[in-house]
Formats: sequence, structure tokens, C-alpha cells
Amino acid sequence: MHWLTTILIVLPAAGALIVAVAPFSSYWLGSFAALASLIEVAVWITAVSRFHFGSAALQLDQHASWFSDLGVSWHVGQYRFSVWFVGMTVVAMAACTIYGWWVGRTRGRAYFALMLLLTGAIVGVFTAQDLLLFYAFFEAMLIPLYVLIGVWGGSERLRATITFVVYTVVGSLLMLAAIVVFGLQQGTFDMTRMSPSTSTWLFLGFVAAFAIKSPLFPLHGWLPITYRESPAEVSAVLSGIVGKAGLYGLLRIAIPFFPQPVHDLRVLMLALGSVSLVYGSLLAFRAPDFRGVVMYSSLAQAGLIVLGLFANNSLGTDGAVLQIVNHALVSTALFLLAGMIERRTGTRGEFALLGGMARGRPALATLVMTVGIVSLAVPLSTTFAGEFLILAGVFQQGWGWAVVGAVAIVLAAMYMLRAISGVLHQDVGPAVSDSALDLRLGELAIVVPLVLCLLGLSAWPNLVAGRATSSAPVGWTKYAP
Amino acid sequence: MIHKPHVDWFALAPSLSLLGAAGLLLMVAVLVPRGARKPVGASLAFAGFVASGIWAAFLDDRSPHAAALVHDAMWRDRWGALAQVILAGSGAVAVLVSYRERMRDEHVAEYYALLSAAGAGMAFFVQASNLMTLFLGLEWFSISLYVLTAIDIDLIGSLEAGLKYLVVGAVGSATLLFGSGLVYGITGQLSFDRIATAGHAHDAMLVVGLAMVIAGLAFKSSAAPFHMWTPDAYQGAPTPVTAFMASGTKIAALVVTYRVLATAFPHDEHLWRWAVAAIACLSLAWGNIGALVQRNVKRILAYSSVSHAGFMLIAVAAANQLGARALLYYLIPYSAMSLGAFAVVAARERELQAPVTLRNLAGFGWERPFLGVSMWVFMLGMLGFPLTGGFIGKFYVFAAAYRHGWWWLIVVGVVATMISAYYYLGIVRAMYFRDTAELQLAPAGGSPPYDPLLTAGVAVALAVTVGSFFAVQPLIDVARSAANALPL
Repeated sequence: MHWLTTILIVLPAAGALIVAVAPFSSYWLGSFAALASLIEVAVWITAVSRFHFGSAALQLDQHASWFSDLGVSWHVGQYRFSVWFVGMTVVAMAACTIYGWWVGRTRGRAYFALMLLLTGAIVGVFTAQDLLLFYAFFEAMLIPLYVLIGVWGGSERLRATITFVVYTVVGSLLMLAAIVVFGLQQGTFDMTRMSPSTSTWLFLGFVAAFAIKSPLFPLHGWLPITYRESPAEVSAVLSGIVGKAGLYGLLRIAIPFFPQPVHDLRVLMLALGSVSLVYGSLLAFRAPDFRGVVMYSSLAQAGLIVLGLFANNSLGTDGAVLQIVNHALVSTALFLLAGMIERRTGTRGEFALLGGMARGRPALATLVMTVGIVSLAVPLSTTFAGEFLILAGVFQQGWGWAVVGAVAIVLAAMYMLRAISGVLHQDVGPAVSDSALDLRLGELAIVVPLVLCLLGLSAWPNLVAGRATSSAPVGWTKYAP
Repeated sequence: MIHKPHVDWFALAPSLSLLGAAGLLLMVAVLVPRGARKPVGASLAFAGFVASGIWAAFLDDRSPHAAALVHDAMWRDRWGALAQVILAGSGAVAVLVSYRERMRDEHVAEYYALLSAAGAGMAFFVQASNLMTLFLGLEWFSISLYVLTAIDIDLIGSLEAGLKYLVVGAVGSATLLFGSGLVYGITGQLSFDRIATAGHAHDAMLVVGLAMVIAGLAFKSSAAPFHMWTPDAYQGAPTPVTAFMASGTKIAALVVTYRVLATAFPHDEHLWRWAVAAIACLSLAWGNIGALVQRNVKRILAYSSVSHAGFMLIAVAAANQLGARALLYYLIPYSAMSLGAFAVVAARERELQAPVTLRNLAGFGWERPFLGVSMWVFMLGMLGFPLTGGFIGKFYVFAAAYRHGWWWLIVVGVVATMISAYYYLGIVRAMYFRDTAELQLAPAGGSPPYDPLLTAGVAVALAVTVGSFFAVQPLIDVARSAANALPL
């Protein structure tokens, strides 16, 4: 019995309630929300300091019956991999909330309340150990996102919200049907007490929801318009964190509870991962804008992570876990940088209008360069470690998959270097004037911590990846006992 | 000397207290000076509903074992008592919402009298235990509602709506009556439990009678294909009346549907199960698809109520303990959500002096933050999103269907929910994502009318909607003991 995980969920939700009713101006509500998100990070650090990384068991958990006749309970806790997912969530959400405060979003009361609510919901997704509770949080993420895109998004925001909602609601309701059936078959919804099932239909119900959220080819249709029309920090959350909820679902639910369907459909899932990886990379390479590159690269990364997850061994799973955390930080940083660039130039990030921004803007150039280089998995970076583990893992499934992965890494270098040079180098673009200043101190304070996290992980990827080479026969048994 | 049956006045108190209020209100209409009629009338009706609710709660507490009342005409049990509590709550909120409704002064006391009488009829109806009281109760509250629908003769469409409701409702009542006649004719019994034991379960005439009883009740719960009156009546009636109809009628009709089927026709379970499941699927399809193309918010909510009848009928079709529990649980957040949603519509209507459409909801969420957020929560609840009882309700309904082995009903429900996302979120979109500048119609001007009673009603509905998500266990315990009163 431990309150820390519950506090991690309830604290931002309570903050949201306070923001919703407190009689202050937008500016002060924003400061309060920023403070709350930083306190959330501090609580998470406390949780990590109490965490025993030697144990694979559920920790910091709390259990209370919600309604007993169907065996549903408030059961939250963290495994030694999900603690890092919570970590990336609170860090990225803090960065995004502070960014929203820094740019001074209008209708601050609603905006900051929703951002805090979103934080609580995402932490809930990563910590819920009851299937229905997991679903509740999974759906609850959608509510603030819907409004955040619909109110503060770009001119096509109405179409974006409809597309986004149609895709995600279809996926998650299929999952709801699967959850009802699966839970009633088992007599409990507590994931720590459920035993594996052999039903392919249930597996597909879960996978549909997770593949849409991640997203995976061919269910990524909501991606372009949603990521382009959202405010930059909401795109950062969507791509960095919310997408990871889908991958987490595969890791925590779809793979451990359905070993037989996983085995049968492994090739299909690996193929979907490979197609997402290559197709996403190609789309990123020809995207006309900075955000386009980042968003399609997140499709590619989701594909790569799925390769790792369905590699069916410890190496691949370790690599996937590490890569989820890496990409969350990279993607958040890149989208925030995209937002900063768009704000300065009054564009929507089109390469045709940008270029030459490195001149006279050392901070911006350094940060874009650093994050870009990390994201293309240059050796010694943490993403290199993650991708290497994934490739090594998937190699054991067949060398062909590893070849696909390796090719895509080359593609990643191509699209990322193209994006970097399109923004920073080449001739000065028509939209880049002298009034487009270098990053301000406030912006540095938002992005630099994310970069420092990435550099820290680069120095010590084993922190997240665990004892990667201790060869457990089946990867996930180590993660989900 | 006529033999008089023993009357358990306590068991009749929920109904009688409302009837008493209705009687007093009719006197208020003539004795109290015109200026004071509105506050006096509203307080009396409110007191009637509160008293009814308190009596019903006592009754629920004191009736662990079901017992017959008044010579087997009525039934004293927790199933009826719990329904009466929910009904009384809905009625009390409807009174709060009604207070500021634009209405002619000379009719205001009659309005509250009819509202109380309708409530009394519903409270009577849910206790019915034979075909005679069933029909009596149904007509009692229906006739009150016909008049209420048409009461505001200044409102365009109100009279038309009342007439439509009357005509279609009369067809429904006649169907029920004819069905009852056939059932009585074949079994020679009026009371539900004796019909069950009369042993004519497979007689064709009884089956026809059963089908007509189901159809007659489906008219009242506005399940497709018996829902034709719903959009017009909901749109044309004064909005507080719509709010009360949407929650009250549905509670009464569904609770009684389950009671009749479970107690009178247990041997034909294999037949009515399929019939109810078919009606449920039709309602889900028709309600949700119909709502997609509506622009008037009251019509959208009317179609949504058809689809909710479908969801609750899934629980009836499951015909097991879990289904009975699911039905009673679902009714609690559902009645709160629909009352609340119509109350918000009423607020907007009073502000604009015009029917509320998706277009003239623009900017509402920003102008009236509390009502906007409440409407948002009600819509998410009807959609079945978490943090509202609507989510748990749907979950229970699906669980009941699966427990019976009908997983395909889950699929139908899930597809229906997917479709409904479009129009429920469409209302949220209309409130928040558009600017007030897009309003096609100039608001009446000045600051929005101050209406603390309506706001209080919405707050109660909001509290129930959200509270039922967190307090599932106590509510399910109450629903379980109520469900135990029925034989299934």
C-alpha cells in the first residue's frame, strides 16, 4: 500500500480543479499550473528514489475495491519500466505546460486546467493495473485533447478534431468490447491477477486501439491533420506521450495476455511495424514543413518500437522500452522547437520560407542540431542504444527485419539532416527576418532540461534499459509478471 | 357491507404525497392571488416531490421482502421503491428548472399541479402488479403529460406537439390495453404472478398479447420503431416538460417493462428476450442515425433518448440479475444527464428567446462557464465517457449482455456509441470551438438572466452524473437489493 502513485494521478487533477475555479488572471493561473507541473516532477523524483530497481514486482501500488460484483478496483502501481514512462510524461507535460504559459495562451483558465487534467490522465494510463481503470484513463486522455485541439488549434481545427476523434473513439470502443469480454471471462479486471487468453479476436480488439493511438500503418490517417492543426505543445504531447500510451498498451496488455495470438500474428505485426518504419521515413523525407518531418518520424519510430516489442525477446523489449522514453523526449523537444520557429517566423514551418536561421541564432541552432542529431540515432546517443537493442532483438526473429530496421536508420539520417539544413542552413528564407530573434531565456529553460535528460540517458542508457543482456527466455515475462 | 381490502397507506405514500400536492395546487390556482401563485405553486410541487422521494426512500429501507398491496393490485418492493426515489429526484429537479420558464400567470398553478399529478402517476405505475393498475397508471401519467406538452399555447409548435403526442400515445395505450385483454382472455388472470402460473405460456394468443404489451410499453420508453412521437413532442413541449418527460417517462416505462416481463411472462423468456433485443438494436440504430442529421438541440437529445432506450433495453434483454442491476444503475446517471442537458438548453432558450440549434449555441461555453462545463459533462456522460456514470452504466449493460452470452449485443452497442460520438461531441464543438461572432442571431441583450434555481438544478444533475461514477459500489448495492425483488 503506497500513496505515491495515487498522488501522481490526483495531484494534477486537483490542480486542474483549482485552476478551473480560482479567481485569478490567466497569467497567475498559468504560473500556478507551471508550478503544479513542476511539483509533479518532484513527486516523481521522490517515487524514483523509493523505487527498488532490483525487483521486477509491482511497486508503490495501491489497491481499493471500486465495485466488487464485477471485480473492478482502483489498482495503481508502477513496474520498473513504467516508472520511466511516468517520468517522461511528467517531464514532457511540465515542459509543454510551461511553454503554453510562456506563449500566453488565450482563455488561460480552460487551457491550463485541461493541460493539468491531461497530465493526470496520462499518468493514470501508465500506472493503472485494473483493465477498466486503464480504459477510463485511456478515454479520459481524449477529452482534454479534443478541446485543446478544437479551441487553440489552427484554421482547420474542426476537421482535425473530427478526424482525431473518429479514429480514436473507434479504436478505443473496440477495446472496450474486448475488455468487457476478457474481464468477465476472467472474473476480475485486475491485470495482476488475470491469466493469458488464446482469443485472437480479443487480441485484435486491443491491438486496434493501440495501433491507432501509436499510430501504426495503415491506421495513421488522423496523424497529418491532427499534428499540423494542433498547437505546437499539444502536438508535442500527442506525439511524445499520448502515442506512447498505445505502445505501452501493447507492452503491458496485448503481448503478455495473448501469447498465442502474438505468436500467430507476429509476422503481421512485424510487417506493420516495418511498413510504418519505412513508409513513415519516406513521408518524413518529402514533408514540406518541419512539423511534417517530426510527425512522420514519430510514425516511423512507432514502427521501430513495434519491431522491438514483437521481437519476442528480452533484447527487443529492452530496446523498445528505452526507445519509447527516448522518443518521448526527442519528439517533445522537436515539436516545441518547431513551435518556437513557427512563432518567430510567422509561418507554419514550411521549408520554402525558412532557412539560414543558424546565422546569429546560436542557441536555436545548437538545440535544433543537438536534438536532431540525437533523434537520428548517432552513435553514443541514447537513441542509438535503443535502436541497436531493437535491431539486435529483431535480428533473432529473422535477419530480414533487422535489415529493414537498419535501412530505416539511414533514412532517418536523411530526413533529419534535410530538416536541419532546411531550417538552419542554406540561404536565408523569405520569412526569416532580423526580428526573428534567438531563443529567449524562457524558451531555453523549457527545452534545455529535455536535452539534458537526453544527454544523461546517452551517458547511461542502462538506467532505463535495465540489465539488457540478462537473457530471460521471453522478454515480457520480465516486465509483466 | 362491502368488504374493504386492507390498505397499506405507507406503501402508497410516495404516490399519495404527490397526488395531495396536485390537489392543493389546484386550489392554489383559484385561491392564491395571481402574483403569489408562481412561488407558492413551485414550492408546493417541490415539497411534493421531496416528500415523495423521502417516503420512497423509507419504503425502500422498510421493504426487504416484497408484499402485495390492496388486494394484489400493487406491489410493495424495493424495485418499485428505488424507481420512485429516482422519479422523485427527477421531478424535483424539473420543478427547479421550470421556475423561470416563460409561462402565462393564470396557468402556472395548473402547470405544477399537472407536473405533480404526472409524478404521482409514475410512482403509482412502477408499483403496479396487475394489468388493470398497469393501464391505469400508464394513462394517469400520460394524460398529464399530454396536457403539459401543449400547455404553453404561446409557444409555436407546442399545441401541435401535444396533439401528436396524444394521438400516438393513444395508439400506444390502446395497443397495451388490447394486449392486456388478450392476456386476460387466455389466462383469466389479471395479476402478474398469477398470469405466470396460469400455464398458457405457449398459447399463440398469449404470445400475441405479450407482443402487444411490449409494444405498448415501448411507446412510452420511446424505443424504435415506436418512437415516432418523441422528436416532435420533445421539440414542441416547453423545455422543462421535455426534461421531465425524457427522464421520468423513461424510468417508469423501462422499470415496468422489466417488471411485467419478469413476473408475468417468465415462461416466455426465450421469446421476449429476442423481441426486446430486436427493439434495442432498432432503437440504437434509429436513434443514433437520426440524431446525426439534426440541427435543433432538443431534437438531437430526443433521438439520443431513443438510443438510450436501446441501451437500457439491452439490459432488459439480458434478463438476468446483472441486467436488472444494470438497468437500475443506468437510470440514475441517465435521468440526471438528460434533465441537466435539457435544463441547459432551457437556459440558452431563455437567453435567446429562440429555439436552440447547434448554430446558436456558438460561444455558449465561454459565456456561461458553469452551464457550458455541465453540458460538456452531460454530453460525455451520454457518450459513455469516464468520469461520468454513463460510462459505468454502459459497461454494466455490456457486461449483462455478455453474461447471457450475447456478445453480439455488445458489438451493436459499441457501434452505436461510435456513431453517437459525432453528435454528442458536435454539441461540445458548437459550444466551445466556434466564436460568438459566428452566432447567426443576436442574443436578447444585456447580461444573461440570473436563474439560481435552474443553476441549482443543473448542479444537482452534475453532482449525480459525476458522483455515480465514483460511488458505484453503494449504488450497485441498492440496485442489487432492488433487483432481488424480481424473480429473474
